[in-house]
Amino acid sequence: MLYNMKDIVSTLDMIDRQHLDIRTVTMGISLLDCCSGSVKTTADKIYDKITKKAENLVKTGEDIEKEFGIPIVNKRISVTPVSLVGAACAESDYTPLAIAMDKAAIECGVNFIGGFSALVQKGFTESDRKLINSIPSALACTGRVCSSVNVASTKAGINMDAVALMGQTVKKTALLTADTGGFGCAKLVVFANAVEDNPFMAGAFHGVGEGECVINVGVSGPGVVYHALKSCKGQPFDVVAETIKCTAFKITRMGQLVAREASERLGVPFGIVDLSLAPTPEKGDSVARILEEMGLEKCGTHGTTAALALLNDAVKKGGVMASNHVGGLSGAFIPVSEDEGMIDAALSKSLCLDKLEAMTCVCSVGLDMIAVPGDTSAETIGAIIADEAAIGVVNCKTTAVRIIPAPGKKVGEIVEFGGLLGSAPVMPVHEFGSEKFISRGGRIPAPMHSLKN
Amino acid sequence: MKALITVTGTDTTGIIAKVCTYLADNGINILDISQTVMQEFFTMAMLVDLSKSEKEFSTVSDELASLGNSMGLVVRIQREDIFTLMHRV
Repeated sequence: MLYNMKDIVSTLDMIDRQHLDIRTVTMGISLLDCCSGSVKTTADKIYDKITKKAENLVKTGEDIEKEFGIPIVNKRISVTPVSLVGAACAESDYTPLAIAMDKAAIECGVNFIGGFSALVQKGFTESDRKLINSIPSALACTGRVCSSVNVASTKAGINMDAVALMGQTVKKTALLTADTGGFGCAKLVVFANAVEDNPFMAGAFHGVGEGECVINVGVSGPGVVYHALKSCKGQPFDVVAETIKCTAFKITRMGQLVAREASERLGVPFGIVDLSLAPTPEKGDSVARILEEMGLEKCGTHGTTAALALLNDAVKKGGVMASNHVGGLSGAFIPVSEDEGMIDAALSKSLCLDKLEAMTCVCSVGLDMIAVPGDTSAETIGAIIADEAAIGVVNCKTTAVRIIPAPGKKVGEIVEFGGLLGSAPVMPVHEFGSEKFISRGGRIPAPMHSLKN
Repeated sequence: MKALITVTGTDTTGIIAKVCTYLADNGINILDISQTVMQEFFTMAMLVDLSKSEKEFSTVSDELASLGNSMGLVVRIQREDIFTLMHRV
């Protein structure tokens, strides 16, 4: 036989029992040519362009899924930050642009579309302000539109006016979607050092440095890593790291294969494979359980940050050999509500907001899908965003905050989002205020190491 | 196009015969075949060439799956690249 039977059985096992899947095939589409003088014509152009470019995206994804026998969980679209596309519009409300995106997403059959976004790390344009002010209503009246705002970068420092504004925007979004537990906030990410080619939601947008249209792929596979680690119980960390690397290589190979196929069939250039370990609320598909398999009694206890640092690094080292272009966020995700082990750790009070913040120093994103009490102030949320942004800016990495101040909910209660977004136990925030800190505004200067030239 | 057919489940008589008959009837050529019992499961793998088959890949995939179902087995067909790329540098 040309193939090793052990390899064949191992591949089938990964798909059948270890939740190996391609998490997302995301088509990035430039909307720069949709700019026009009014919201109405811009919205029409946006709808037409997206539905034309992504016409065959879902069908192609399903064909590949069938031929390779590997699930492709999501097919998605990311677009040029809408604050740029809408800049020529005279009106101040961009909600109709979000509605056009939503309709296009429904027409194409994708479950999320990202790019209702603004990049304000150094300052606001008039259009950026219009977009941010439109976020709460845009997220409340659409189902599939995702929004992100970049408020900081290593090069520019932290725009504290934007941080304060986003604290208020998160609160407003939660209140406007109070009937669904503040679900709107699950579609809103505040970034530092946002990347232009991220295929994962809710933070995906198609950067201005990107081409006309591109295919980016996000892989997954916490279950496969967890399973592989079970075979090295008690072994030193050298063995653990090596095992994760080998597993990440295999997972990423699948991503590369799917990306190449999708790109060829759609006639769209291949952008990047994002090497992220993205958990789901299903049992056996958890990043927290990987950390626990390394020897922690419960995720969140002492040692968690070190375990996550090893995992994050080994995933990249293994994956980078398997793909010719690696990009996006690439690392381990730790969204609380989307990870069965994280939910368990939060419920048992092993995992708190402060520990999660420490964990974000060494993994790919940030405070993700965290529910906090509904009465948390806009200033406190702003201060949480500022802390996360500082970690990203100083460590030259992407960080993000996707936080849900669940209306009417108190610590210990649970907010149900359903599906891949899971359920979030409401976690406590510090009682002491940050109002005077946030009200200062202005910019926190870029760190010394931004001056690399 | 080359693909790998895998049959997994509990061993019974006539598995190979039935799968091979289906393949012959549909112009699908078997290039290589191997079987083993691993993790208490019968696993058979066949490398096949579909270039002379008139049926769509997805039809073959569905029909093989239902043939498997009728024997209480999982029969699937996947493009061979998935197996080569995953385990080789």
